[in-house]
Amino acid sequence: MEYEAVIGLEVHVQLKTQSKLFTAVEHRFGAEPNTLTNSVIWAFPGVLPVINYEAIRKTIKVGMLFGCKIPEITKWDRKNYFYPDSPKNYQLSQYDQPLCLGGGVEIELPSANGSDMGEHRVVKLTRIHLEEDVGKLTHFSSDSLVDYNRAGIPLMEIVSEPDMHSGDEAFAYLNALKSVISFAGVSDCDMEKGQMRADVNISVRPKGSDKLGVKIEMKNMNSPSHVRSCIDYEIRRQIDCIKNGVPLVQETRRWDVQLGVTQTMRTKEEAHDYRYFPDPDLMPVMISEELKAQIKAELPEVPFERQRRYMSDYGLPYSATSVLCHDIELCSFFEESLKTYSKNPKGTANLITNDLLREIYSKSESEEDSSDDFESVSEEAVKPSHQSKLAECKVTPENLALLVKLGDDGVISKQMAKEVFAEMFSSGKNPESIVEEKGLRQNSDGGELEKFCIEAMSKNQKAIDQYKAGNAKAINALIGPVMKASGGKANPAMVLEIMKRLIG
Amino acid sequence: MSQIFYKTVSELSDLMDSKELSSAEITKAFIERTKSVEDKISAFISYDEDSAMKAAEASDTRRARGEKLSELDGIPVGLKDVLAVKGQPLTCASRMLENFVSPYTGTSLKMLEDAGAVFWGRLNMDEFAMGSSCENSAFKKTKNPWDTTRIPGGSSGGSAAAVAAGECAVALGSDTGGSIRQPASLCGVVGMKPTYGLVSRFGLAAFASSLDQIGPFARCVKDAAILLKAVAGHDPLDSTSVKVDIPDYPSLLREDSLKGKKIGVPREYFEASGMDAEVRASVESAIEKCKSIGAEIVEISLPHTDLAIPVYYIVATAEASSNLARYDGIRYTHRSKCAKDVVDLYFKSRAEGFGEEVKRRIILGTYVLSSGYYDAYYLRAQKVRTLIRGDFERAFESVDLICAPTSPTCAFKVGEKISDPLAMYLNDIFTINVNLAGLPGISIPCGFSKEGLPIGLQMIGKAFDEAALLSYAYAFERASGLEGRHPNI
Repeated sequence: MEYEAVIGLEVHVQLKTQSKLFTAVEHRFGAEPNTLTNSVIWAFPGVLPVINYEAIRKTIKVGMLFGCKIPEITKWDRKNYFYPDSPKNYQLSQYDQPLCLGGGVEIELPSANGSDMGEHRVVKLTRIHLEEDVGKLTHFSSDSLVDYNRAGIPLMEIVSEPDMHSGDEAFAYLNALKSVISFAGVSDCDMEKGQMRADVNISVRPKGSDKLGVKIEMKNMNSPSHVRSCIDYEIRRQIDCIKNGVPLVQETRRWDVQLGVTQTMRTKEEAHDYRYFPDPDLMPVMISEELKAQIKAELPEVPFERQRRYMSDYGLPYSATSVLCHDIELCSFFEESLKTYSKNPKGTANLITNDLLREIYSKSESEEDSSDDFESVSEEAVKPSHQSKLAECKVTPENLALLVKLGDDGVISKQMAKEVFAEMFSSGKNPESIVEEKGLRQNSDGGELEKFCIEAMSKNQKAIDQYKAGNAKAINALIGPVMKASGGKANPAMVLEIMKRLIG
Repeated sequence: MSQIFYKTVSELSDLMDSKELSSAEITKAFIERTKSVEDKISAFISYDEDSAMKAAEASDTRRARGEKLSELDGIPVGLKDVLAVKGQPLTCASRMLENFVSPYTGTSLKMLEDAGAVFWGRLNMDEFAMGSSCENSAFKKTKNPWDTTRIPGGSSGGSAAAVAAGECAVALGSDTGGSIRQPASLCGVVGMKPTYGLVSRFGLAAFASSLDQIGPFARCVKDAAILLKAVAGHDPLDSTSVKVDIPDYPSLLREDSLKGKKIGVPREYFEASGMDAEVRASVESAIEKCKSIGAEIVEISLPHTDLAIPVYYIVATAEASSNLARYDGIRYTHRSKCAKDVVDLYFKSRAEGFGEEVKRRIILGTYVLSSGYYDAYYLRAQKVRTLIRGDFERAFESVDLICAPTSPTCAFKVGEKISDPLAMYLNDIFTINVNLAGLPGISIPCGFSKEGLPIGLQMIGKAFDEAALLSYAYAFERASGLEGRHPNI
């Protein structure tokens, strides 16, 4: 019998706001433990929450980008449970009137050969709601410590329908979320910093069945690729269990990165009754048409739309757009460049996605000695993304555009362009002055080039004969010496033209 | 001249203005009074003479410079031990918070500080404001100054007793189901619960968030008006506080304010079983008194009155079960020394830290919120609450205020009802509705029983019309001739 997996994701995303969700305390990653707190965060007797409207706006923004319905009214509920990471022993969340309902996330599945555009589909969303994050516990042999810096950070929970069927789909879904949310400036979605966390619900059933199998929840995955591996493992495990007659029980399992297996965390018997009820300290929030219109006006173009536009308007190849369009900083770099020189978008895109990113990555690797080890989520181990590096990069969009133009105008050759770019990256100088200083200007002096050509032809009659006999490649043997004689500066296109004319 | 400690706020303020008395002398007088009667009354959980005297001296310095902050500048104000003032203990009369010192000051307390008030003492109460006799305090039993074999009422029993016994000029309490009005009634003082949302709850340790309000205790209506004016107003830190203009309550008090006003008398309140005959007679004659100064009396009906107690004990306990979850043995509360693991730590710390009544209400509240029971209890209670609110809205279409007893009986004996929680709960039968409806209510002395125990008249007003309600109470107070009667301690 064939089986299929049914997968739904609950993704928590920390919002990039000035202050926490219910009190005016700053939040950021990596501060000294318990320094980003106040009486409200500690839940001292008598303190009260006050809603941070910026968090509401940001959540609505994300909801709109995913086509969710934004209701007129939303409210806050208490989710009651005892755990030391929760100072009040209840979490302020949204139970039955979330901020966003329905909607969907467009994802792209990997293509067969990896370089063409893959299949696109929409993963349906159930809802998006806002809640407060909890503190962080660190366990030692005899006791545990708690850090409430994270407690109260606005956390958006994005709940998908059980609408995915493979690790690849979940991987694509997470990347799509990350790409849209970071485009909207709502979060950096850095999974290693805990800014984005995914819980996976997965069950397996005979293919074609419309009944869902036993639901298993999985936690503790801190990168999209871990989510993919975990799902792939879990699908195999569940199918094996069914085939071998081992009953599956509803439970929560954790992903062990080291062993590459999932393990039982808790079973349903230990499930909580959260005793949700409306928070009496907060008023329901009315969402006006005016506010919605305001947010709508600020919505950015979503990455897949931008990708389609780049491909059709600029004629960019899929490969370049798939790098550019999921990164807002690269996109704005590209568009800035086009403002200076717009005649060759493809050349501009290639220079950004190949040369610029290669230099940035090689620089950051040599400086940081970074590894791909995402397991230890400590500040030191966090690999800086190229986003922060792009800001430090000495190459400006204007200079990059000028470099493209120098090539297009025939001032420098492709080879020279690479040399100029390397210099631009290290010194930040503009390409024109580098060309001047290094005397890299391409030799396009027809008379001089013709002299070089005649000289080369006089030394290689054999190549001339071969060319005349129909071997087009033979002409390269004549061009080489011309390039050498010109000190590498001869304009190759002109040399070829002259050579062809001379041979007749 | 009466003793300093029985003077009103206005009198004391005038005496300071005319330099006949300093705040230091006044504060000293209250400290001495407290020390001389506390062994009989036990109204205070703790007090700090030095900080009170320092505040008094600071007040005197201000006055000397002509920088008087308000009429309350230099006046000793007692605080129910449920209100957060930075550096002061905040025990909620619970073992759970026995050693807790507040690291912050709540909004209404900050407003009082800014008005120049001298904080004098932390007043006893039922643990976490749960109770009607002050007997649920983990630390001591406060006695009624009119008869020290009797309870002062609760939960703000310490505040009521301290004001009645002249241990402070005025005091703040909190009222969730009658916790200001009932002890005020039983101790023969004025006590007022403002409209829900008038006074910020930021800094009031929560019992039931949708019902709790801070309010004043005083020996006369005008003093209550002065204290309320100082603490009322919108607070951005309390999302349930309401943006309304705060009129100058004391200057709006009129002796003739009841003239031509319609007083609604709810039939159901007088049909209630368990109402003491003396209380009934006294309240009825108080209503007659109102009539004699120009009010018109009409009988009204509040048909859902009998549902108030069940609704209250669902809503209040549900909220309490969640509000009190933070007292867990992890951060700042009592922590059991014999716990094996984290779950055991929760169980033992809470078992040791909370008293019987608090545990009873947490268990009840946890039950009514449980999966499968929520709809039948909590949700239904909220719907009935809407009906109760509707009763009052309809009544106020035709009347200006409602008069009723505050408590069905006078102060009962210490220990009389402690083993019968239901009998204790019935004590709040006339006050609970007002919290459920969010309305302002005030209790004013209206007479004494044959045994010399005070009886209170409750006046219930329209939402956010405290100015009118205080003025009606003032008119009655003037007509009653009961001002200036003090217990014989």
